[in-house]
Amino acid sequence: MTVQREERAYDVVVIGAGGAGIRAAIEAKAQGAHTALVCKSLFGKAHTVMAEGGIAAALRNVWKEDGWEVHFRDTMRGGKLLNDWRMAQLHAQEAPDRVLELEEWGAMFDRTKDGLILQRDFGGHRYARLAHVGDRTGLEMIRTLQHRATELGIDVLMECTMQTLLTSDGRVVGAFGYWRQTGAFVLLRAKAVVLATGGVGKAWRVTSNSWEYTGDGMTMAFEAGAELMDMEFVQFHPTGMVWPQSVRGILVTEGVRGDGGTLRNRDGERFMFRYVPEFFRAETADSEAEADRWYEDKKDNRRTPDLLPRDEVARAINAEVKAGRGTPHGGVYLDIASRRSADYIRSRLPSMYHQFKELADVDITKQPMEVGPTLHYIMGGIRVEPDTAASTVPGLFAAGEVAAGMHGSNRLGGNSLSDLLVFGRRAGLAAAEHAKRERAAPAADEREVDLAVERLAAPLERPDGESPYRVHADLQETMHDLVGIIRTRSELEEAAVRIGALRERLDRVGVRGGRRYNPGWNLALDLRSLLTVSECVARAAAMRTESRGGHTREDFPKTDPQWGKVNVVIRRRGGRIELATRPLPEMPEELLRILGEQPKPSDEPAMEATAPARVG
Amino acid sequence: MSGERGMTFHVWRGEDRASGGFQEHRVAVDEGMVVLDVMFKIQAEAAPDLAVRWNCKAGKCGSCSAEINGRPRLMCMTRVSDLPADEPTAVAPMRTFPLVRDLVTDVSFNYEKAKGIPNVRLGSKDADGTRRMYQEEVERVQEFHKCIECFLCQDVCHVIRDHEENKEAFSGPRFFVRLAALEMHPLDTNDRLELTRAKAGLGFCNITKCCTEVCPEHIKITDNAIVQLKERVVTEYYDPLTWVKRRILGQRPTRIGEKEPAAPSDR
Repeated sequence: MTVQREERAYDVVVIGAGGAGIRAAIEAKAQGAHTALVCKSLFGKAHTVMAEGGIAAALRNVWKEDGWEVHFRDTMRGGKLLNDWRMAQLHAQEAPDRVLELEEWGAMFDRTKDGLILQRDFGGHRYARLAHVGDRTGLEMIRTLQHRATELGIDVLMECTMQTLLTSDGRVVGAFGYWRQTGAFVLLRAKAVVLATGGVGKAWRVTSNSWEYTGDGMTMAFEAGAELMDMEFVQFHPTGMVWPQSVRGILVTEGVRGDGGTLRNRDGERFMFRYVPEFFRAETADSEAEADRWYEDKKDNRRTPDLLPRDEVARAINAEVKAGRGTPHGGVYLDIASRRSADYIRSRLPSMYHQFKELADVDITKQPMEVGPTLHYIMGGIRVEPDTAASTVPGLFAAGEVAAGMHGSNRLGGNSLSDLLVFGRRAGLAAAEHAKRERAAPAADEREVDLAVERLAAPLERPDGESPYRVHADLQETMHDLVGIIRTRSELEEAAVRIGALRERLDRVGVRGGRRYNPGWNLALDLRSLLTVSECVARAAAMRTESRGGHTREDFPKTDPQWGKVNVVIRRRGGRIELATRPLPEMPEELLRILGEQPKPSDEPAMEATAPARVG
Repeated sequence: MSGERGMTFHVWRGEDRASGGFQEHRVAVDEGMVVLDVMFKIQAEAAPDLAVRWNCKAGKCGSCSAEINGRPRLMCMTRVSDLPADEPTAVAPMRTFPLVRDLVTDVSFNYEKAKGIPNVRLGSKDADGTRRMYQEEVERVQEFHKCIECFLCQDVCHVIRDHEENKEAFSGPRFFVRLAALEMHPLDTNDRLELTRAKAGLGFCNITKCCTEVCPEHIKITDNAIVQLKERVVTEYYDPLTWVKRRILGQRPTRIGEKEPAAPSDR
């Protein structure tokens, strides 16, 4: 079968154009590789744009007691020690350079009185560490990277969806997909492919993620023979909007709490004090007075429980609502109005002010917000080699949310943007080096191409088939109800059964119309990856019989030290999903020592403990 | 559900402007819904192939630009409760860009224009290896960095809205915002004045402020970006003394907001 298709050849093809993808392409191009950057949407619209609070990096501009060791320790503890230690180490060590590099390329972060990059408090971070631009840091980051990529003349393929990786002798030699605007097929030959396609938020009903987050990269890698890891760990951001119904799930930045906001239940109680786990008790304030003093004086006070890691806060909110202490719309209150001046709120959190005013008629300088958990991020993904971001398949690299390991069982806020930069760069570098070693990409296997074409065309051949929107809605219902914050064996098993039934329905899904910008057709194709990744999540969650980070089992409520020694890895064998455990890599002595050290307030005074000068 | 009511939407459908037209949909709307929700409902219930471009659904990415009752707006930030309930609401694609299908247009014009603008080139670092900028300086630029590239300002701009022939020589308000941001960057050393005047076509703009009115980020495009750039061009090109300094003595032009001489670092 020969179907008309466009064909292009590159050294490095980067699939996904959020922070990790653009940073990877910049690095590959800088290494001299002929590089393509493939975006599912328009350039500059990826989910990175939604990141609000900031980029975590131990720049030491606000607290000179900070350093990579402290950041490393916070990250590992936030992930309940299941992180790949080497990734956490590289991330903490390199994040400051990656932030300063953004400044060279035109980013304009908020400043300290001294004129340096200001840093803000965030959950799980011992010191104010997040470089930020008000509450729109992600926009600044993606635009800066976008301008840099444009300056370097990187080939950007906009509104282009890759669906299949092409292989030859067990290594990746390209990718196949379609242009959204025309529906035309496109084959990209490549000596190396970097996946930076993000997560799979659209499998859940209440999510902060956009239409793009359908697990494409994980599925493509899995089908090409790569291993996935930690798929049971999914992050519910504690604070999404809950009302009106149509905006449910839209993110409310952790920066609200970082800048002094506090969570309260229906009775006005600051309930987080009742939810401090043993693991964090020594470093968390036990009175409201101490918590409030901590914002200004970190030397003699411990962190407010409002800023415990996200998994802890999301579970607490969930429990309060279930206990009947929630708000009228089924959330809890997030109050900054009674704690900070209107001017401060508007200058620090302008887009939150705007978002609530325009979408919910709530003035956050006068009223509390109503918030509740929203699916935000997946810690699991493609298993990679820490230094090079190489997957287990030659020629295939992965960075950002699509990759696993860096965040363990739970990601700290602010560690995602820095992850994108650190490992995006490393993936681009390693992919370019890999491409240099390859003489030429071998031709793709035509049988693989035929199969890919067949799959793309199938839904259009069934114009009277079932609506993809209905199958998608049923999947979201299933994941929301059965693979949510609190899980249990019977429900996870039920989820796997239901996903199997949805798979059968997928074979009967059909769409009307042609291939030209047809969202129904696009969704029908994305459903395959949504279902594949959802099944991996449900199966891995059923396997891990303990509670840890972004995986809470009602039937196994405790953290189990035995499970703390292994990751769950998933690979495809004979068309089926195969799960296994894999021991964590052994941590070197000097890093174990860092982890063991109890935080000790330094005697040195802080350089600057508060927010910008203009806030009075 | 409480507050649910029926509303009529006229949604533009088609693959070219000549043969396409409005299609009527009656939709049950609920309190708090935005126009983008209505489009999703139409996709799920009546027209699965309705072409709509969107991403964040929170006013942060600028993908879902359209013309709602003739006004350029983001579909995700237009609440149905703010629309007249007793008459149909018209939703149409942006007019300034070529049509792809239904509500989606080809906005590649903007990405082409972006390629011609030189990025920042920062001067040397401070003696201690850091770069210092102050919150007041940064805030002037941050206003422009709020731009979400929805291209509504480009859509509404009469220089190109019905004048395809002007597109070659005019970059449009979005790129005046970008040029102003670069121009006001306290540490940048690039000179883009000639580009602003000639290639970007600043002179075409006669400050009718339409762009400022439609900006969903409330950037004061006309006053804070375009007028400032125009003043710069006038000073550099039409003030005889500056012209001599620039052309004959080869002095770098003074930047907007730059104090002369440069303030010492004891601020």
